[in-house]
Amino acid sequence: MRKTLLAAVGAAFLFTAPASASDNAPKEILNVSYDIARELYAAINPKFQAYWKDKTGQDIDIKQSHAGSSKQARAIMQGLKADIVTFNQVLDVQVLADRGGFVSKSWQQDLPNNASPYFSLPAFLVREGNPKGIKDWSDLVRDDVKLVFPNPKTSGNARYTYLAAYAYALEQNGGDDAKAREFVGKLLSNVAVFDTGGRGATTSFVEREIGDVLITFEAEVENIRAKYGEDEYQRVVPSISLLAEFPVALVKKVAEKRGSVDVSKAYLDYLYSEEAQEIIASFNNRVHNETVKAKYAENFPEVRLIRVEDVFGSWDKANKTHFAEGGVLDQVFTGN
Amino acid sequence: MTAPSSTPPITNPQVLALLRQKARKRAVLIVVALLFAALVMALPVIAIFARAFQEGFEVYSANITTPDTLHAIWLTVLTALIVLPINLIYGIAVSWAIVHYRFPGRRALQIIIELPFSISPIVAGLCYLLIYGATGVVGSWLDGWDIQLMFNLFGIVLVSLFVTCPFVARELIPLMEISGQDQEEAALTLGATGWQTFRHVTLPKIKWALLYGAILANARVIGEFGAVSVVSGNIRGETMTLPLQVQLLYNDYNATGAFAAATVLTVIAVITLVLRSTIEARHPHEHA
Amino acid sequence: MTHLDAAPPRTFLSPFRLKRHVMPGFSLTLGTSLLFVCLIILLPLSGLFWQMSQLGLADYWRIISSERTLASFRVTISAAAFATLFNAVFGLLLAYVLVRYKFPGKRLLDALVDLPFALPTAVAGIALVALYDKNGWMGTLLSAVGLKVAYTWWGIVLAMMFTSVPFGVRTVQPVLESLKPDAEEAARTLGARDWQVFRHIVFPQVWPSFITGASLAFARSLGEFGAVIFIAGNMPFKTEIASLLIMIRLEEYDYPAASAIAGTILLIALFVLVAANIAQSRATRHLHKGSS
Repeated sequence: MRKTLLAAVGAAFLFTAPASASDNAPKEILNVSYDIARELYAAINPKFQAYWKDKTGQDIDIKQSHAGSSKQARAIMQGLKADIVTFNQVLDVQVLADRGGFVSKSWQQDLPNNASPYFSLPAFLVREGNPKGIKDWSDLVRDDVKLVFPNPKTSGNARYTYLAAYAYALEQNGGDDAKAREFVGKLLSNVAVFDTGGRGATTSFVEREIGDVLITFEAEVENIRAKYGEDEYQRVVPSISLLAEFPVALVKKVAEKRGSVDVSKAYLDYLYSEEAQEIIASFNNRVHNETVKAKYAENFPEVRLIRVEDVFGSWDKANKTHFAEGGVLDQVFTGN
Repeated sequence: MTAPSSTPPITNPQVLALLRQKARKRAVLIVVALLFAALVMALPVIAIFARAFQEGFEVYSANITTPDTLHAIWLTVLTALIVLPINLIYGIAVSWAIVHYRFPGRRALQIIIELPFSISPIVAGLCYLLIYGATGVVGSWLDGWDIQLMFNLFGIVLVSLFVTCPFVARELIPLMEISGQDQEEAALTLGATGWQTFRHVTLPKIKWALLYGAILANARVIGEFGAVSVVSGNIRGETMTLPLQVQLLYNDYNATGAFAAATVLTVIAVITLVLRSTIEARHPHEHA
Repeated sequence: MTHLDAAPPRTFLSPFRLKRHVMPGFSLTLGTSLLFVCLIILLPLSGLFWQMSQLGLADYWRIISSERTLASFRVTISAAAFATLFNAVFGLLLAYVLVRYKFPGKRLLDALVDLPFALPTAVAGIALVALYDKNGWMGTLLSAVGLKVAYTWWGIVLAMMFTSVPFGVRTVQPVLESLKPDAEEAARTLGARDWQVFRHIVFPQVWPSFITGASLAFARSLGEFGAVIFIAGNMPFKTEIASLLIMIRLEEYDYPAASAIAGTILLIALFVLVAANIAQSRATRHLHKGSS
């Protein structure tokens, strides 16, 4: 009995013994990412593996983890061993820099374009023939329109939507805060279902056929059309929208320990290469690379983009005023 | 079959009417019960299979054999294999201690071992993060030794243990209490060692209850979602158990894949039920 | 393994031992149990209460009494109560039918009752959605009569009902089985009707276990997460359950708030279980007094 007991416990620990830092050349890195980037990174990874093998002769395996980007940041702080993060929220990377120094303080300067290899914007997806005649944000607050977008509390995606609508209302009403609040309040009361993540919202809209308009990143809008039929859904790009940057960063605290700094950095740099930018653009994200930009120009209609910093001061400020407990979001919700 | 015909047929019309009325009542109750069971319990299971095979068997088998889903199946089985022996040892130990001895704190221990059943899985996951996560009391200390408990197999095993640890003890304690310890004492008087007594006297008495508890615990380990989703790092092909994989596929626009993975879990559930009712039918009084 | 025999439990506990135990293995079994209970159950739970204690009473109250939290409690508790009520009634019916009648498919029905225990909650969640959303079999049927289940409060009730069916049946069933027929027969001879027999003879005896079953079902429903999130619309103030709010607070890095809500739900569940325990033992005592 005792021997068996010992053996059983021993086996259990053997099985679960956490892999500690091994030899110098890492065999895998973990990319912790936001919810709807699965297909994108699944397409980039093999290309990077080939590139890395070519360059160094080493095989590298890239693991992916996807969930709401705030949840992911929390998991990293709690011990999820990410080498790099590719998020859809500046704030979620910043929190890694502020708490526990997972990411370098200067992460936004470490890579071009505020460390964002690509960007997108909240846009609308409507059903075939645009039956409700949706053109701009103002159509979304009509009584006969039902919306689908995820919960701004849990989804970075939805935070962009909320802030874009707020910014639009501010501009329409000459900066009147009360009017803007009323506007987003109406917008929220038109929401038919609040999923916790971007993917859940898409499923609600497409599979469960809930709502008239799905508001999500333009990239996702186009991916849905590609997946579910270009004729069944239409993209509507509003007159103004919010610049949604997709920041990436090296989780140096983990990468240094695991000896994966070089390959992780190379991966992030690779995201800016023409090869990767082309893949990224083919997934309907807007990129900065001029050649790729020209090639895909017709996919991306002109739109006036405003920055969070310009309207709300900073991400941190926007977060405190709007999304924190008791903030504007909670207030307009209670108002219903 | 000859017994009913040997009783004289009832001819009294009043009695007949009464019997008919009774039969009607009986039929109504049975039909309502069956309807409820069919609607609430059977229909969802049928829906899973219908949806999984909606696009044909080929699509189904292609979905089941993707590397990520196969890995999720493997991880789930591995977790169950690790959790099971620990649960058995703990269950036997705690039952033995509670049934055979009186010690201070015994009542408290009895309450504590039942506690995990009344705790929401999400809350359980949160508790583990708070203690064993890298910022937690124990977790940060272990982190200094480069030992990571959350977001890997270890974390999944730990929360699985938490949610399933009451099952075995809950079967064993009542049974061991009823059967008493006379036989064990006799064996001991005759010179058997403690281990021999357990192996040859106690174990045969409790083996069916043990198996029964193990089956229930196992089903729960395999199906646990809430607690595991908090402590799994969501790393594809690495820390996704089958229930998490179901949700992942569902969110990946791959509803068919999700339902295909769900059929595996459903089959496991059905096997569990069959085993359970077989034990119950064959050994009705050997478990609680 | 010899070191275990010399491990602290024996020396620590031996002064308290009143007599020498006949049965061997005291320190081994109790030592193993305590180690496990501490590491797996108590330590993690203490984390929750430690986190809660970091909050002042005022902060705790502010979090718990915020409208969003209250609304989520209201949604969770009302749905759980409704599901429990429904399950208690149908559970009793199912148990009664299973114990008293023989009919084809009885074994199957008996096995089916445990399905919700065996079926993973996430699977139950997507299955219920597939059935009850607009295009599902039940959904199309119900929407024809103007009923919406998926993504409404009713969806939450349905998911909770599904996951807690076995409690209602399994707690009542053994008691029904053990009932002696003499009282019922006597009542019948005296001219009592079926309903009266049930109301005055059967039900009072089943009542204690009925309460236990209902309270277990209620506690389970309060904490249910996996099955509910798929089918609830997750709208704050309308269809947001407390477990989801805990998740949301976690994702906002708001650990104290998450712990406060989690702790409160835990306390409510424990309170219900303890209250039911007391009510049950009272009812049992009453029953024995009445019958003697």
